[in-house]
Amino acid sequence: MARSLSIRTYHYLFVTPALLLSVAIVLLPALLTFVVAFTDWDGASTPVFIGLKNFSAVFSDPVFWGALFDNVQWTVIFLTIPMAIAMIAASILMNRKKSSAVFQIIFLLPYVLSPVANAVIWQNIVFDPVSGVLGYVARNWFPISNPLTDTRTALYAVAGVDIWHFWGYLTVVFFAAMRQTPEDQLEAAFIEGANGWQVFRNVTLPNILPTVALMFVLVTIFSFLTFDYIYLITQGGPARSTEMLSTFAYAFAFTSFQVGKAATVALVMSFFGLVASIVYVRLSRAELET
Amino acid sequence: MTDIPAKSPPSAARAASTAYLVIAVLVSVVPLLLVALNTFKPHAAIVANPLSLPTGIDFTNFARAWRGGHFSTGIVNSLLLSGSTVIVTLTCAALAAFALARRQIRGWQAITIYFLCATTVPIQLFLFPLYFVFAQLGLIGNFFATALILSAINLPISIFLLRAYVLGIPREIDDAAFMDGANPWQTFRHVILPLMQPGLITVAIIVFLNSWNEFLITTTFQKGRDNLTMTLGYLSMNGTYATDQGAMMAGAFILVAPIIVFFLVMQRFFIAGMTAGAVKG
Repeated sequence: MARSLSIRTYHYLFVTPALLLSVAIVLLPALLTFVVAFTDWDGASTPVFIGLKNFSAVFSDPVFWGALFDNVQWTVIFLTIPMAIAMIAASILMNRKKSSAVFQIIFLLPYVLSPVANAVIWQNIVFDPVSGVLGYVARNWFPISNPLTDTRTALYAVAGVDIWHFWGYLTVVFFAAMRQTPEDQLEAAFIEGANGWQVFRNVTLPNILPTVALMFVLVTIFSFLTFDYIYLITQGGPARSTEMLSTFAYAFAFTSFQVGKAATVALVMSFFGLVASIVYVRLSRAELET
Repeated sequence: MTDIPAKSPPSAARAASTAYLVIAVLVSVVPLLLVALNTFKPHAAIVANPLSLPTGIDFTNFARAWRGGHFSTGIVNSLLLSGSTVIVTLTCAALAAFALARRQIRGWQAITIYFLCATTVPIQLFLFPLYFVFAQLGLIGNFFATALILSAINLPISIFLLRAYVLGIPREIDDAAFMDGANPWQTFRHVILPLMQPGLITVAIIVFLNSWNEFLITTTFQKGRDNLTMTLGYLSMNGTYATDQGAMMAGAFILVAPIIVFFLVMQRFFIAGMTAGAVKG
């Protein structure tokens, strides 16, 4: 068998398709976003360089600050509520070795369904004042209004649907991490008479801390980019009370065709994601040493 | 995993934790049960009471949902889109995973860090220029062009999952193949690839489900009545079918039921892939 190419050449060829695809679809357009942010561009004609005008326009827009505040709220909600629900559920599953597999599958059902299906189901059969369960309750038992049409509650209602879809994922990840806890440490704790909380606090939690840290970082990143459930359920309304940076940028690009401003907002969003990404890469650096 | 013999939790704590699990199960499944319950009911019965049991089994909701959700078009486009995404992602990721695990090339660290960064890169950071470039090239609505985008997004996580499988294959196996006169392509094709099979199945399932469910890229790039996927077709019913909730629920049923069956059959691979990247040693 002739070895016309060196081994190294083969390996360069192996990595080329992946690298080309990622550079063409992700890296080059991402670099273009940096350029476009400094231009006035409608997506079709020649972009005109306008310096920092997009940035000053975006930063002086109260909708931008409202969206940023909503993203911060979203981050705080997702770093606490689903984390706590999942941590408790995973801890309980640790004492249910036999049935845990079934519970995991049930908890994951909303997670494997599409955001479109989940959002439309909740809108129509839960929230809707005519056809939904909340409407039925309001007509027959006690008056509750549709939380999606109230500017004070819409954000939390959408967050509730997204948490419903997401918490099962965290549970499965935490549970997988908890199962790696060395058996002898658990036994020693029980022999010393530690109660459930003490075992969790002193044995389980320290063992799963790297996984918890990773989930904190990922949830932070995704909270600044969150788009699907907001766009599907409220489109940022009512009265922009659920506007996120992602929906704000999307409207610039595809409703008013101010692609320069869309790019500017995208850079701001990405900046928050980037800070969290740096932490993520540092946490994952072990990948390079294995 | 052995049970701890020393002491089991006291009965009050046991009851509380059972209650917690029961509530969690109910919250998870009730919206889906509501779909199943109302799929066979006419609109008037749903509006009268969305919690009531159906009085008869009415399949006509499905016919209206199938037409209204453009599911005949959607199922073809969804299969083409998700199928192409799986093939492109698996091909690129398996080759790259082999090269990055074996470290024969200069700059493997830099490439690995690049893909690590790409794992969490925001879609919005590249979405807007990409869309208008694709529009100039006439690629909007082209399922294969959209599949390339979804592949690029799924690539980093796929590479890292598969790389872990290659790292688990002793390098001596490569060396033995080399001694037998195999070039690296033959080693990859006939030795490494068969040994990676469980990893390939896991990645294929996760990428398929990701691209089947994906919303932001799909709704942006698959514009036009003929290019709708199943999810986008169903979404087009939302609002216009507000006065035909029977069809809305049947549409949800058509969308959700096959995915649940798929997940139940494949859950072992799915959970393995989900936790592999997130659980550290």
